[in-house]
Amino acid sequence: MIWNETIECMEREDMQKLQSLRLKRVVEHAYHNTPFYRKKMQELGITPDDINSIDDIVKLPFTVKQDLRDNYPFGLMASPMSEIVRLHASSGTTGKPIVVGYTRKDLSIWAEVVSRCLTAYGVTKNDLVQVSYGYGLFTGGLGLHSGVENIGGTVIPMSSGNTQKQIQLMHDFGAKALACTPSYALYLAETIRKSDIPLSDFALKVGIFGAEPWTENMRKELEEKLNIKAYDIYGLTEISGPGVGGECECQNGTHLWEDHFFPEIIDPVTLKPVEPGQQGELVFTTLTKEGMPMIRYRTRDLTHLIYDKCDCGRTAVRMGRILGRSDDMLIIRGVNVFPSQVESVILEMQEFEPMYLIVVDRVNNTDTFQIKVEVRPEFYTDEMNKMLTIKQKITNRIQSVIGLQPDIKIVEPGSIERSMGKAKHVIDNRKLV
Amino acid sequence: MLIKQLSIFLENRKGRFTEVAKILGEAGINMSAFTVSENSDFGILRLIVSDTDKAIEILRNQKYAVSITDVVCLHCPNEPGALAKVMDIITGAGIFVEYMYAFSQGDSANVVIRTDDINKCAEVLKQNKIELIAANELYKL
Repeated sequence: MIWNETIECMEREDMQKLQSLRLKRVVEHAYHNTPFYRKKMQELGITPDDINSIDDIVKLPFTVKQDLRDNYPFGLMASPMSEIVRLHASSGTTGKPIVVGYTRKDLSIWAEVVSRCLTAYGVTKNDLVQVSYGYGLFTGGLGLHSGVENIGGTVIPMSSGNTQKQIQLMHDFGAKALACTPSYALYLAETIRKSDIPLSDFALKVGIFGAEPWTENMRKELEEKLNIKAYDIYGLTEISGPGVGGECECQNGTHLWEDHFFPEIIDPVTLKPVEPGQQGELVFTTLTKEGMPMIRYRTRDLTHLIYDKCDCGRTAVRMGRILGRSDDMLIIRGVNVFPSQVESVILEMQEFEPMYLIVVDRVNNTDTFQIKVEVRPEFYTDEMNKMLTIKQKITNRIQSVIGLQPDIKIVEPGSIERSMGKAKHVIDNRKLV
Repeated sequence: MLIKQLSIFLENRKGRFTEVAKILGEAGINMSAFTVSENSDFGILRLIVSDTDKAIEILRNQKYAVSITDVVCLHCPNEPGALAKVMDIITGAGIFVEYMYAFSQGDSANVVIRTDDINKCAEVLKQNKIELIAANELYKL
C-alpha cells in the first residue's frame, strides 16, 4: 500500500521541478527571517536570487549541530513564536540541548511523512500501534503518535519503560505494530520469552524501529524472536523527527521523503558532493519547513543513496544502511572503529547475547580496546578450555573485521546494562590533553 | 556413584565469591567441597553442596550462569604413594583427567575427579576396589 502515490512514485524530472520550486521558497524564507542564515549567505556573497534550481543547492553554506547550540534556544527560528505551536529538544549529552520549533503546518507535514512510512509497513486504520518511544521532548513518541492518528489507526501511547506492563497491554489490546528502539525491542523480546504468555498469543506483526543505528543481523534476530517483520524508520530531531524516511515491504533501503527533506551525500573531509551511489555523509535541507528550516544540515550519518526505482513502485530515493556516524567513529591506535562493526560480529555469533559495551582507555600512551560481552546461558560450560575457545573465536572475528585486536572480556549474564531508550555501547575514558 | 557438581561462572571482581557464599548460606545450603579455576578475566567456581537442586534454582534466579557436571569422589589413605596408585588405574584405562581437587582429614583423603568418560572412570575404580563416596555421604563430611 502507498499513502501518497502522486509524490512517492513521481518521475524524477517532476520531483526535481518540485524540489527546485520549494528550495527557492525555503531559502527566501530563511534568508529574510533568520539573521544566522542571512549572515552566512552574505559571507559567501550569495542571495536567494542565486538559487533557481535544486542543483544550485551546492552554493549554499552548511549548517552543523554546533550552530544549533550556539543559537540556543530560539535563534534559528524563522517564524515568530506566535506561529510556533510545539517545541522538541534532543538530550544534550554534551553541552546544551538542541531545540526545534514547529508551526502547525510543520506538524501536519510530519504526520504526513510518518503516514507514508506506516502505510509502507502495512499498517492501516484498522490496526493498533503501540508507541513505546519516549514521549516528551524526544521526537520519537509524539512523532509516531501523530502519524498513527493521521492514518486513522489506534495509538497505544505507552512511552518507554515499565516493561511488564508493555507486554501485558500489547497482548491484551492486540497491538499489530510496535514502535521503539531496536535495542528496547530486543529487551521486550527477552522479557516475553521469560513471561508466562507464549509468543503465539500476541497479534504483533510489524516492528517500527529507529532512533539508533541497527544492522541486518539485528533485523533477523528481531524478526525471529518476535515473529514480525522489522522495518527501519529514520529521522532526526533537527530535520523533523522520525519519518524523514522509512522502509517499504522490500526491506531494501530506506525511502527518504525527498519532496520535504532533500538529501545529499558529501565527502566529510572535502565537503564536496560524492559521485551518485558513493558512501559519504548525509546532508539534509528541509524544503517545506517554516518553524525552523535547516539548510544543508550535516547529519554525521554515513551512508549512500540509491536513485533506482524500487520494486515496490516508489521512485522516492533510498538510503542504504547507516554505517555509523562520523562523530561516533572511534579512533583507536589510529584505526577507525565503528561500534556497528563490533555489533555485527556479535550478532552473527550464536554464543553471545546481543549486548556489548566497548571500553576505550589510554594506558602508558597506548589505547586499550576492551569489549564486554555476555555468553548465552546455554553456552556457559564447566570447561575453562571451551570458554577460552569461545573468547578466542570472537577476538579473531573482530580483529579480522576491524583490523585491531580487541581485549574481550566475558562478563556475567545480565551484567551489561539494558537500556530503555538509546543503548549506550561505548565508554571512552581517554583523557586527551 | 556419580556426584553432581555445580559450576558457576564468576567475573574476576572483588566480592563475587563472597556473594555466592552468602546466597547459599542464607538458603541453608552447605558447601562440602569447592575449587576455583581462573584466568585473568573470569573464574569457574566448582562446588559440591548439600542441596544441588535448590542451589541451582536460587543461583539461576539471581542470574548466575550455573551448569552441572558429573564428578566422582574417591576415598584413599592419606599416605605417600596412595594417589599415585589411583592415578595409575585411571591412566591405565585410557581415561583423560580434566581436573581434580582434594582435601585430607587426618588419616584419609578425599579426591574429586572430573574425566572425559566419567562413567567408565567410576566403573574402573570400583573394579579396583577403590572406595567411592556417594553424594549423601560427601555432604556429611
